Amino acid sequence: MLAYIVRRLISIPFLLLGVASVSFLLSQMTKGDPLAALVPERMMSNPEIVEAVKAEWGLDKPLPVRYVRYLGNLIQGDLGTSFSTRRPVATDIAERLPATLELVIAAMIIGTALGLCLGLLSARFRGSAFDSLARIFALIGSSLPIFWSGLILLYLLSVRIALVPGTGRLPPRVQPPPTHTGLYTIDALIAGDISLFWQALAHLALPAFVLGWAVTGIITRLVRSSLIEGLGQDYARTARAKGAPERVVLIGHALPNAMIPLLTILGFTFAYLITGAVLTEAIFSWPGIGSYAVRAAASLDYPAIGGVTIVGSVAFLLANLLTDIAYAWANPRIKVH
Amino acid sequence: MSEPLLDIRDLRISFRGPDGTWSEALRGVDLSLERGGVLGVVGESGSGKSIAMMAFLQLLPRGARISGSARFNGEELIGMAPSRIRQIRGKNIGCIFQDPLSAFNPVLTIGSQIAEAIRLHDRSVSRREALKEAERLFEMVSIPQPARRVRQYPHEFSGGMRQRAMIAMALANRPELIIADEPTTALDVTVQAQILDLLADLRKELGIGLVMITHDLGVVAGIADEIAVMYGGKVVERGPTDPVFYDTAHPYTAGLIGAVPTLEGTGALRQIPGTPPSIFTRPQGCSFNPRCERAEAVCLREDPPFAVHGRTSCACHFPLGPSLRVVGS
Repeated sequence: MLAYIVRRLISIPFLLLGVASVSFLLSQMTKGDPLAALVPERMMSNPEIVEAVKAEWGLDKPLPVRYVRYLGNLIQGDLGTSFSTRRPVATDIAERLPATLELVIAAMIIGTALGLCLGLLSARFRGSAFDSLARIFALIGSSLPIFWSGLILLYLLSVRIALVPGTGRLPPRVQPPPTHTGLYTIDALIAGDISLFWQALAHLALPAFVLGWAVTGIITRLVRSSLIEGLGQDYARTARAKGAPERVVLIGHALPNAMIPLLTILGFTFAYLITGAVLTEAIFSWPGIGSYAVRAAASLDYPAIGGVTIVGSVAFLLANLLTDIAYAWANPRIKVH
Repeated sequence: MSEPLLDIRDLRISFRGPDGTWSEALRGVDLSLERGGVLGVVGESGSGKSIAMMAFLQLLPRGARISGSARFNGEELIGMAPSRIRQIRGKNIGCIFQDPLSAFNPVLTIGSQIAEAIRLHDRSVSRREALKEAERLFEMVSIPQPARRVRQYPHEFSGGMRQRAMIAMALANRPELIIADEPTTALDVTVQAQILDLLADLRKELGIGLVMITHDLGVVAGIADEIAVMYGGKVVERGPTDPVFYDTAHPYTAGLIGAVPTLEGTGALRQIPGTPPSIFTRPQGCSFNPRCERAEAVCLREDPPFAVHGRTSCACHFPLGPSLRVVGS
């Protein structure tokens, strides 16, 4: 098992080089002009300034030279400098990734807990009014666009009844806790600042719920259908023949089998949300990786695009590896070599 | 005479067909088993032999309509409250299923599944004690290295070992009755014989009643005291084992016997032509009539009554006479 994990980890850098190459070459093939982000419009007519800027950012070199230089820097951990923030992309990402991680982890916890509960109850009382209500709740979560549900909830819960604070990670003018993990809730606890922790948690609650609700839909349906399938299997009949009540058949027998497909979905959903929580981040002014990616793509900020692509790829590769490990743990028939 | 261990009277089960009408899968079945006795229930798939047993254990899928009576130790099982039948299942009546691979939960160890069977009926037993008991049960059914084996998963067992584990699980609470549904069908022929011997020895040793459901007359020949042959949702012939084999009255039973390979047999095995009827398209009259060489006009009109013929009882308008009886193996 350990050898397997090490082998998988070793393969990750090579896969990333491939991903970086593809993302670099694809972004070079786009029609737009990155100079638009670098040179103010009224100076575009001045060839000297344009040439100087090109030289400064290395855009005057032919493509193969830029490609090799990009990969060379990448191997040393240098993702380049963002055209628009004028700061190292790695610094930008290091600042923004924890915000996204905090949001996505919270959303996954909410979505998984809610999805498991609803799925279990739906399977237990299938065909009942509860089953229908849970299905509608799940369906709304996965089909309502987040920019709509997020805005409505923000308006209702924050503007109208002030149950939760507004957007952002903390109230304005509140200093974030000293950075350990970059997750404000955790860092506040590490700093022993309980009131700051509650403030950070209150800001996290609504965006995490909105994003988690979307996840709940998938998980509820998956858990419900896996459990109902399990209840019809021979092993469920054996359990009943042993005298097990339906609750034990469901939780003791069908649920461990339902964990197998669930883990796969959880891993991929998590990885997807790292770069896919854009809408939630935009609505709640959450300074995460998704909004950074959108801005980078809009302004043809190649280094930033490449950086985000690599973060997304790492998230997928790691999530994939974790999923495989969890899978082997949940399913004794799987042996990893 | 003492009360039978299991007494089934006029058991009927209906399912709703695809067109919404109810069809009878079991059409009035009478069976009984003395304490410590062995009853073989024989028939092709679709004859209703399995659902008869699943019905009184209330293990049928929802939507089945059940009527009649099934008394276990004098207690009526049909319509019994779910909480009471759960106490009986696994405690007083153990079950062995056909395919031991799918009948065990693939993601739980065999030992924990046997421990569960014990702890469901006695909360005072700790998990650890229950696992120890599972090891003792493994010894009883001759599974080598029990301490290691209880920690393994179903896929790590061979087919024969799995079925031994299944038997161990059925025996866990020392039941009075075991229902074995095709216990050897999924196994290799050599392993079949071992499992049958094991089952026969253990039930004799522990004095457990056994209902053996099978499509293979050969399986029950050596073990059953009494045999009931089922066809089309009814018992068509019933009697002590020897007469059923040697003084066969029903043409269907004769057909089944003709299909059993024997050591002395030289000719080709005879097969019964045709296929058993679906419960939704059962023929008029005797349900065996489309496949019966002896069928006449009355067989197409009237379902024959169940009556004594010689040393067995059967439901046939033209039972086999002594001269026509198939000479068994």
